[in-house]
Amino acid sequence: MTNHWIDLKNSDAILAIGCNPAENHPISMKWIEQAMDNGGKLLAVDPRFTRTGSKADHYAQIRPGTDIAFLGGMINFALQNNMIHEEYVREYTNAAFIVNEKYDFNEGIFCSFDDQEKTYDPKAWAYAVDGAGNPKRDHSLKDPRCVFQLLKKHYSRYTVDMVCSITGTKKEDYIAVAKAFCATGRPDKAGTILYAMGITQSTHGTQNVRATAMLQMLLGNIGIAGGGVNALRGESNVQGSSDYGLLFHLLPGYLKSPEFDNVDLKAYLEKWTPKTKDAKSANWWGNTPKYTVSLLKAWYGDNATKENGFCYDYLPKRSGNYSFMKLMEKMGKGELQGLVCMGQNPAVGGPDSLKTREALGKLDWLVTVDLWETETSIFWKRPGVNPKDIKTEVFMLPAASSVEKEGSISNSGRWAQWRYKAVEPVADAKSDLWIINQFAKRMKKAYEKGGTFPEPITKLSWNYGPGEEPEVHLVAKEINGYFTKDMTIVDKDKTLEFKAGDQVPMFKYLQDDGSTVSGCWIYCGSYTKEGNQMARRDLADPTGLGMFPKWSWCWPVNRRIIYNRGSVNPDGVPFNPKRVVITWDALEKKWKGDVPDGPWPPMNDAKEGKYPFIMLPEGHGRLYALDMKDGPFPEHYEPVESPAKNLMSKTQTNPAVKIPANMTSDTAKYPFVGTTYRMTEHWQAGAMTRSLPWLVELVPTMFVEISQTLARAKGISNGDMVKVTTERGSIEAKALVTSRLKPFSVQGKEVEQVGLPWHFGYAGLATGDSGNVLTPSVGCANTSIPEFKAFLCNIEKGGKRA
Amino acid sequence: MAVSRREFLQGGAAAAALILSGKKAEAGGADGSQMRTKGLKSSTTICPFCAVGCGLVVHTKNGKIVNIEGDTQHPINQGALCSKGSALFQVANNERRLQKVMYRAPGSDKFEEKSWDWALERIAQKMKETRDKSFKAKEINKKDNKEYVVNRTEGMAFLGGAGLDNEECYLWSKFARSMGVANLEHQARI
Repeated sequence: MTNHWIDLKNSDAILAIGCNPAENHPISMKWIEQAMDNGGKLLAVDPRFTRTGSKADHYAQIRPGTDIAFLGGMINFALQNNMIHEEYVREYTNAAFIVNEKYDFNEGIFCSFDDQEKTYDPKAWAYAVDGAGNPKRDHSLKDPRCVFQLLKKHYSRYTVDMVCSITGTKKEDYIAVAKAFCATGRPDKAGTILYAMGITQSTHGTQNVRATAMLQMLLGNIGIAGGGVNALRGESNVQGSSDYGLLFHLLPGYLKSPEFDNVDLKAYLEKWTPKTKDAKSANWWGNTPKYTVSLLKAWYGDNATKENGFCYDYLPKRSGNYSFMKLMEKMGKGELQGLVCMGQNPAVGGPDSLKTREALGKLDWLVTVDLWETETSIFWKRPGVNPKDIKTEVFMLPAASSVEKEGSISNSGRWAQWRYKAVEPVADAKSDLWIINQFAKRMKKAYEKGGTFPEPITKLSWNYGPGEEPEVHLVAKEINGYFTKDMTIVDKDKTLEFKAGDQVPMFKYLQDDGSTVSGCWIYCGSYTKEGNQMARRDLADPTGLGMFPKWSWCWPVNRRIIYNRGSVNPDGVPFNPKRVVITWDALEKKWKGDVPDGPWPPMNDAKEGKYPFIMLPEGHGRLYALDMKDGPFPEHYEPVESPAKNLMSKTQTNPAVKIPANMTSDTAKYPFVGTTYRMTEHWQAGAMTRSLPWLVELVPTMFVEISQTLARAKGISNGDMVKVTTERGSIEAKALVTSRLKPFSVQGKEVEQVGLPWHFGYAGLATGDSGNVLTPSVGCANTSIPEFKAFLCNIEKGGKRA
Repeated sequence: MAVSRREFLQGGAAAAALILSGKKAEAGGADGSQMRTKGLKSSTTICPFCAVGCGLVVHTKNGKIVNIEGDTQHPINQGALCSKGSALFQVANNERRLQKVMYRAPGSDKFEEKSWDWALERIAQKMKETRDKSFKAKEINKKDNKEYVVNRTEGMAFLGGAGLDNEECYLWSKFARSMGVANLEHQARI
């Protein structure tokens, strides 16, 4: 989230697209309803008439996987009807930037596409630069090669009629949503966009997200109270696990994991440190060397010296893609010997799960660390297999629950909140911290005796106290970071003295010479001389906007609304005097309110002013992207399995996505659109809820939701067993016939949808077939997130024997 | 530095004074105490399900959790919980929770109980064997035919982390990369 949960109350319009807060983030409705009580409008866009839809002022039905058409149409609507926040667009986005002559777009394909490799060369999309190397700009926004004009041209094709014939949305519903939301383009109005997996789980998922961000920039809704682009994250600490770099392409703090040709620290920093020649750009990632060296110091301690490149050589270097689906593919080919699952259950959670279950049997060894038996830990005795045939050695380790250990988790709003240990873990269960500590200590011991390239392990700095349980506060302190020697730092008019071992107060003091340690720079400030900031419980709310700056701690630097320099005009005056996030006090020469996005004076200050989008080298929000794998503008393509022809261009699916064999758009065989979803009573792959009697009583088994019309056509009654089949497999479940699902109008035909919760499996107290048996292993061009939300299926009465 | 219970309660009481309800905090601390929880030890926690980050108060008696309820002082949920959050009690008290380290030998049709030490030693051995066997110090890049140092372990994958604490995620990342594990992924990718 750019903003945070309580901030939803400050919205005049809330667009929930591809998410269902009423059921999946129920407590957020407290704040959404508060906004509604104050006259705010809730707009729900979803394939299903969810409980969020039922609360909404306007509900618009959308066919799964057509979000770019929907959002692109809203971009066009705002532009055509002059509803944009013109000053914001001109000053704060790259609307005025001129694009080089090579840029072109034709029939769904941008320039520089390599049809063989299915890749673009994004260099062809670069800005045109002036003699000094800065991007050329036209503040009148009239140059036909400026981003604004290219954007206008691109989305002029997204007319209401065109959009509705793609999305299947009723025209009057579409216009109602577009009008209500685009009305927040005024400086004194705020609109927020909420999204979740309905947006991301798509072959063009990242472009879906971009479309939301672009709409928000056009309306001047980024950086303001009640605004933002807000991902409603599904796991309690999936924000934190992303922050700490548990993804193949990342290191903690969104530093990039090294690529094979980043041959040494110098080359790595050269590659990943963006540069600008514009003095008004803060270019915050220009600090990459400080954060990288501080991380290496946290990992290799005194062994990390300037002379040895701070042990950079010890880091693994990637060559290609190691995303979840690729790993499952490798596992299926027998290319993985071992797998460790820390509370993840790939036998249920990943796409095409029959394949994943097969693939687990190719492992030599498997370790699962969980509170429960999961489908993954008992895959070798799953229904239909003979354990004798499965040679995998399995270690099932019992983990402590959240109330049996101490530490912090970060919610969607980036608030890191501290949890206390209430009781000892049950029986022999241990905290994950203890288990990881044991792995590390035992590997260190083993490699002391020799082995392949032992130094990255033997020289790893690992000092978390003498006890058997590692001291979580020592870990938290290392994450925040400390000085390795006495330092004097001059910060403007202040001179600060630090002793070796002092906690670093905030990341602007981190250094690139080894004099600071910080395990995750964005958390620098979370555990300071003043103590554990994440444990704070002060309910002061000085702005009245619900920011609660002394409740817990949020990254970065406790800034509750990021990009908040976008909430003021270039002179530092708030766009909306009623909801002041920050304001420049010209007399005291400082910002008041939320922690500003950098201390510099407002943008118009000739000497020190900075642009608001400090994380980009050009300092302006990107209506036009330079580094996406599938084009600078989001463009509508159909999902890989679709009942429809792409009406927007001749390019049917995202051209930058390679399509696997077990997918088909044969609507004679698979006439219905399948989509997976979540419910209040169960959670993720189900292990945490399908063993709790209270929740099992509420939702005891797997079901498949269909419309009354489909039920009639197929002779299915509520509660009948049905079989759902895709090109990947079939499952059986009870039919739930509801009026929440309705067919879509697709190019003159009515196409039915089949809704599938994906929380079930064969382990636990409540069992049922897994929705993901049906879903395809094809993913987003940029992130490789699978297209769980849109595929083709068939449904028949009578369960598996049908 | 750890926050002691005393400091925690002081913080809670100070915070309680600011609550809009005007109700005075009772001597129970963060918990606006009811009769049934009176005299019990309490501590706060954050819900482990979705990422709204609702606060809860956990009540214990003789080292057992006897009650969990919404934290009325928490600014996000103000004491309210959804059906999953309300069921946290049954995560803590549940006979289906794993009690022991279990091991399943190749081809076996059952789990057998093992000690932590035995399992951890064997896992360490497996990890080391796999790393030593599959470690790639250098590779020739197909595009430019040049040799690069990659120092990468390809034979194992580490998954998960969205249910771990931040401090656990951090050590997991640190450990994985020290092992040369490139195959490091978690729920955010799916």
